[in-house]
Parts: sequence; C-alpha cells; structure tokens
Amino acid sequence: MPGPVQSIQRGAAILRLLARSSGRLGVGEIATSLGLARGTAHGLLRTLQLVGFVEQDETSGKYQLGAALLHLGTSYLDVNELRSRAINWADALAARSGEAVRIGTLLDGQILVVHHVFRPDDTLQTLDVGALLPMHATALGKVLLAYDAATTATLADGPLEAYTRRTIVAPKMLARSLSAIREVGWAVEVEEMTIGEAGVAAPIRGHGGLVVGSIGISGAVERVCDSKGQPKAPLVTFVRDAARAVSRDLGASRW
Amino acid sequence: MVMRYVMSIDQGTTSTRCIIFDHRGRLVSVTQREHRQHFPRPGWVEHDAAQIWRNLERIAPEALTQAGVGLDQLAAIGIANQRETTLMWDRRTGEPIGRAIVWQDTRTDTLVEKFAARPEAAMVQERCGLPLATYFSAPRIRWLLDHHPGLRERAERGEVLFGTMESWLIWNLTGGPEGGLHLTDVTNAGRTLLMNLETLDWDDDLLDFFGVPRAMLPRIRPSAETYGVASRVLPGVRIAAALGDQQAALFGQTCFAPGEAKCTYGTGSFLMLNTGAEPVRSSHGLLTTVGYQVGDEPAVYALEGPIAITGALVQWFRDGLGLISSAPEIETLARTVEDNGGCYIVPAFSGLFAPHWRSEARGIIVGLTSYITKGHLARAVLEATAWQTREVVDAMNADSGLELRTLKVDGGMTSDNLLMQDIADVLNVPVVRPMVAETVSLGAAYAAGLAVGYWPDLEGLRRNWHRAAQWLPAMDPRRRAEEYDNWRRAVERTFDWIKPHP
Ligand SMILES: Nc1ncnc2c1ncn2[C@@H]1O[C@H](COP(=O)(O)OP(=O)(O)OP(=O)(O)O)[C@@H](O)[C@H]1O
Ligand SMILES: [Mg+2]
Repeated sequence: MPGPVQSIQRGAAILRLLARSSGRLGVGEIATSLGLARGTAHGLLRTLQLVGFVEQDETSGKYQLGAALLHLGTSYLDVNELRSRAINWADALAARSGEAVRIGTLLDGQILVVHHVFRPDDTLQTLDVGALLPMHATALGKVLLAYDAATTATLADGPLEAYTRRTIVAPKMLARSLSAIREVGWAVEVEEMTIGEAGVAAPIRGHGGLVVGSIGISGAVERVCDSKGQPKAPLVTFVRDAARAVSRDLGASRW
Repeated sequence: MVMRYVMSIDQGTTSTRCIIFDHRGRLVSVTQREHRQHFPRPGWVEHDAAQIWRNLERIAPEALTQAGVGLDQLAAIGIANQRETTLMWDRRTGEPIGRAIVWQDTRTDTLVEKFAARPEAAMVQERCGLPLATYFSAPRIRWLLDHHPGLRERAERGEVLFGTMESWLIWNLTGGPEGGLHLTDVTNAGRTLLMNLETLDWDDDLLDFFGVPRAMLPRIRPSAETYGVASRVLPGVRIAAALGDQQAALFGQTCFAPGEAKCTYGTGSFLMLNTGAEPVRSSHGLLTTVGYQVGDEPAVYALEGPIAITGALVQWFRDGLGLISSAPEIETLARTVEDNGGCYIVPAFSGLFAPHWRSEARGIIVGLTSYITKGHLARAVLEATAWQTREVVDAMNADSGLELRTLKVDGGMTSDNLLMQDIADVLNVPVVRPMVAETVSLGAAYAAGLAVGYWPDLEGLRRNWHRAAQWLPAMDPRRRAEEYDNWRRAVERTFDWIKPHP
C-alpha cells in the first residue's frame, strides 16, 4: 500500500493552523509555523485557494479559511453560478444539436433543472427551470447517479416508479445501466420518462473531477435516435463536448 | 474543405473576451480576462490600457488553441468595445498617457457645467444628438489636455493620439508605433460629442467648442469595412469591423429593421431601437445615435436609453459589501425571501442616465426597517434593474408612439432567471433571450464577416437568430402600479444630492 501523500498532510496542517488562529496569517508565518520552505507553503496555499478552502485578503495578502469550507456538505457550486458559467456552451449545444438543452443538479434525490435552452425552431416552448425530474428515468439523472454511489444506494430497495413501459424499475437493472454509463461517460434515455422522447446527457465536473451536474439534450425519439434505437453518434459527441467545455471552465483539468 | 471562422474581440468594462464563431453563428471557443478597475477618488473610474492590450495578447491565441483553429482559418476579426472610455497615447512609444478615463467616471462634472453655461451650448445636442453630460468623451479629452502640462501642444502636433478602446486595439494590432492605423468607426465617434450626426465626420464647431485639436483624432470609418490587416497577435488576419458594444448587440440581435429593439444587460444596461435612415430626436430623455454603417451604405440610426448601473450594482454587492461571493449568487440570496420587504435601491452611482439625466443624483437605499435582511436587499438590487428598464421603455414608447410588444435581451445578467421574470413582470411584455447570450460579440463578428463576404447579407444573419428562452409577465397589475409608484418616489429622493459648485 502506498504511504500517506505528503502534500495532502501539509495542506491539512495549513487548514488546522488557519482554523485555530484568530486573525489572518501571512505566507511567511505559515511557512515558519509548519517548518516549510516559503515556496512550498505558497504553492500549497495557491492550490487551497483554487479549490476555495482558503481565501487571500486583497490588501494585506494574508490568508484565512475559505467560505467553501463552511459549506462543505451543502453547496459546492451555487446553481445560479453553474447556469451562468454554462450558458454559452448550453446555447452552442442547442444550436448544434437542434434540440432542447437542460442542465440538472441533484436536489434531495431528484434532478433540479437549473437551466433550459429551447429547441432552436422558434416554436412555443415553456421554460422549465426549477422543475424536478426523477433520477432513474432521465439521462440527466442517470448520469448523476452513475457518479454518486450514496444516492444510488437510497434507490436500492426499489421498486422504482414506472413512467412508461420502458422505465428502469428494478434496482439491479439500474445498477447495470449505471456501470455502462460509467464505462462510456454518457447516458441515454429512450422513452423512459415520456413516450416518444429520448435524451442524451453527460457529466459536468468541477475541480478535481467532482461531478457537479449534468448537461443533456432531449427531443423526439426519431430525431435523437437512429433506426436501431441508438442515439445518433454526432449528438452524443456534441453533448460530451459541451460537458467538457463547461467542466474546463469550472476548473476540471482532465475533462 | 477547410472550415473558416470569424473572431470577435469584446473589449468590455470589466473584461476582454475573444470568441470564435462558425458560419452558422455558433460559438466555437471563448476566452476571457478581467482587468483591474481603478477607483482613485469618489466618482473616478480608470482602466490601464496597457493591461487591456496585454490581456488581448494573451486571450486571442488561447481562443485559437481552444478551438483548434489556425490563423489562416480566420476570415476576419470584428471588434466591439466599451464606449466613451477615453484614452490618449504617445504615437512614438505607444505608451498610454496615464490611465484611460472610463465612461462611468464623473470627474468632468464641473467642466460640463461650465460648457453648459455657454451661449452656444444648445448646438451640441443639435449637431451630435447627445446631451452635454459627463458620460461622453469630449469633456474627458479636454480634462486630460488641461491637466497634463504640455499635452495640448503635443496633441496639436499629432504626437499624442486620442482614441476609445477600439482605436487603441486596432492601432496596436496593426503595428502600434510601426505604422499602426489610427481610426474609429461611426458608432464610437458618435459618442464623443464631436461627430456631426448628419455628415458622420468631426464637426469643426464642436471641436472648437470643446477645444479639441483635430490632429489627435482618429479617422472615422464605417462600422463594417476591411480597415487593414493585423501585424501583431493575429498576424495576417483582416480587421473588418468595429462597433460600440451596444450597437454591436443591436447588430447581433439582428435588429436590422426600423422598430426593432433590444436591451443588453451588463455592467450598465442599454435599450436601443433601430429608427432607420433618419436620426429621430427624442423628447423624453433618450439619445439619438448611430446604430451602424455597413460599407458605403447609408448609416442606420437608433434611439438609445442608457442605464449606467445595473450589473455594476450586483458587482458592488459582491465586492463593495461582500454579501455574495459571485454575481449569480444574487439570485440565490434574493430567492431566500418572497419580496423586497419594502426596500428599494436606486443605484445613481454616476448620477442617473436615461431618462433622467441627473448628474447630481447619488445612490440611495430607502425603506429600511429592522425587518430588512440581506435577502431583501438582493431583491432590491435585481428590481432596480427591472424598474430602470421600465423607465427607459416608457420613454421609448412615448418617443416612438409605438408600444413595445416584446423585449429582446442579451448580456451576462440574462442568465439570472429571477431578474428576467422581474423584467417581464414590470414591463408587462414577454422577455426573449436569443440563442447567443454573447450578442455583443456576435454582432461584431457578423459585421466583420459581412464586410469580407463571409456572410452574404443581413437576411442570412437573421435566419441564425433563434429564441433560447422566454419569460412571460405574471404580476398583478395593482401590485405593479404600486411598486412602480414606490420606485419613482425612491428615484426622486436621489435628486439634488451633490450641491452645485460655487
Ligand atoms: N446571474 C447574475 N445575476 C445578476 N447579475 C449578474 C449575473 N451574472 C452576471 N451578472 C452581472 O452582469 C455583469 C456582467 O455581464 P456582462 O459580462 O455582459 O457585462 P459587460 O457589461 O459586458 O461587461 P463588460 O462591461 O466587461 O462589457 C456584471 O456586472 C455582473 O455583476
Ligand atoms: Mg460587454
């Protein structure tokens, strides 16, 4: 088994140090307290700042614990900020795919629609931002489940509600479908929520690869899927590209 | 076949953006960098033009890399820019003379009062369509000439150049001290108070009136035309458009016909109505301005209702008060309460622009009681944008004799759903956002692409416009009337705050 990772230990020490000091600390003070080279301390602080765990005062240059630490369990990323950061890419996805785009996040075991772009055909459509969708019956939801073992576990007792004949209702089936999603990195839904409708979605990741939401298209099954009932490959590519672009803007480096 | 693209540069008040668009007007890549806001004294706002240029040097190549697009695949570059921000630089060294004075800056208020007291002052609005106000460039040019010893002489000899941001970027892109092109477009020149609205050229009487030497001014060109070829940063690419950001948004929203209007929600917000080939004079506090000019076609004019502070109020809530850590969180905070709790914020930070034009007004928060929480304040922040829009829409309706039927919106604040609903509610018309929220950039790209034949005509561009979202009004008319009345009473309380100079 590999040994402990030194930089994480040091990062934790910096957080403890900041937490027990009443005021802000300068990089020199932190380096001295922990017996680190100034440059090392600075590098660690920069990374902690990037993920929001420490904040630097603009005028004094000193550090304190970041607001993100106080909300560790709740709001990693404000949903309105997610929308604001994703809006350009969601628009481009709708324009490329010709389908409606939605962005979802997890809220109490359901999908909260935080952003919605109309299908670009100028027909009458209604914004459904704020709507709640079931996780197991939508591509947006299944993507989030695929990367969230804890929420998936809450569904294990089943049975899951059936919206159509094709909704996955057996937890075992769902588990299989989630592992397939993890394998390919995207999810599809074919008439599982609404008859005649299909959707494709991919995960949006933040710093360190944490999944913070999902983005997807949905539309008439004959437009989204080919004659074999598989989602059309170009649409899948558009969705994954959009998800990657948003993730990159949010600071996820590898995606 | 090699795909070709158009790049836009949006040099804004808070940041500079580079966006690459494809032939269908779809965004391919976007890079952005903020620059520092300097507030050296109350009422003063400055930018470092050298920093802005460095930002562009960095983000333009990044946009190409992000898109995987080579320089040879760029059909053209179009520039949109924050308007009226006033800059001078040394023609020989390329060094800016001090920092650029930003459009929100009010240091010229006494100077403007003095100009306004002159008998010939009425000529200004007649000739250029704009009221004498601190908002525009000419008083700033005069202020700089008066405050830097020897500057006027150097300006008269043409050693020091004046420009707004598009001039600065074009001059630098085309070589800077080594043969850089010194030019501006009609929409930007039209915001100086020095351009004659009919001839679209510098007006000698206006130059005289403000005491601005002609030798320091850029040449005025159409908004869409190949000005030249970049030799730096994007070498070999044609620079084919420049427009003030608001006019660029009008273009990007494809408001090409008289009667079409849009409102762009960014740092400030700007309602603009295409009035066609004739300048229409306002009797309700709106500006008469150039909308755009494509090549040697006649210019298209517009009526404009500028609101100085909308997104900037959110920014102040974040940076000045520290009540939120990012602008979009204003919506989260506002949704923690049901209504404004009786509280109103009138952000007259730089006085009030349209339709009031009160430079002596200053911001207020009224209706404070112990009941008010930061949630209510957040509501009041968003509602301030909605009500200010209502005021300029009312003025626009009165001037044009037409009722606005829907409002086309764009800009960074349109990602705020609560705000968009507020606007639909207080205007009592549907609010529509197009598929490209970065409409300023899209407009600059459209103009450039049109100039080089990448897009054939305006009709083709129109077909790219699609509705991305729509908000329908859902407010009880009685409540709307009551709230509007409260808002107006709040606005009145901002008047006459700054005392007249002795
Ligand atoms: N979700 C939001 N709710 C309210 N205001 C927002 C939201 N997102 C951004 N803003 C505000 O919108 C402004 C940014 O929008 P945008 O980028 O269009 O501005 P801009 O005026 O074009 O910027 P620039 O002045 O650099 O051109 C900022 O002032 C910010 O406070
Ligand atoms: Mg802008």
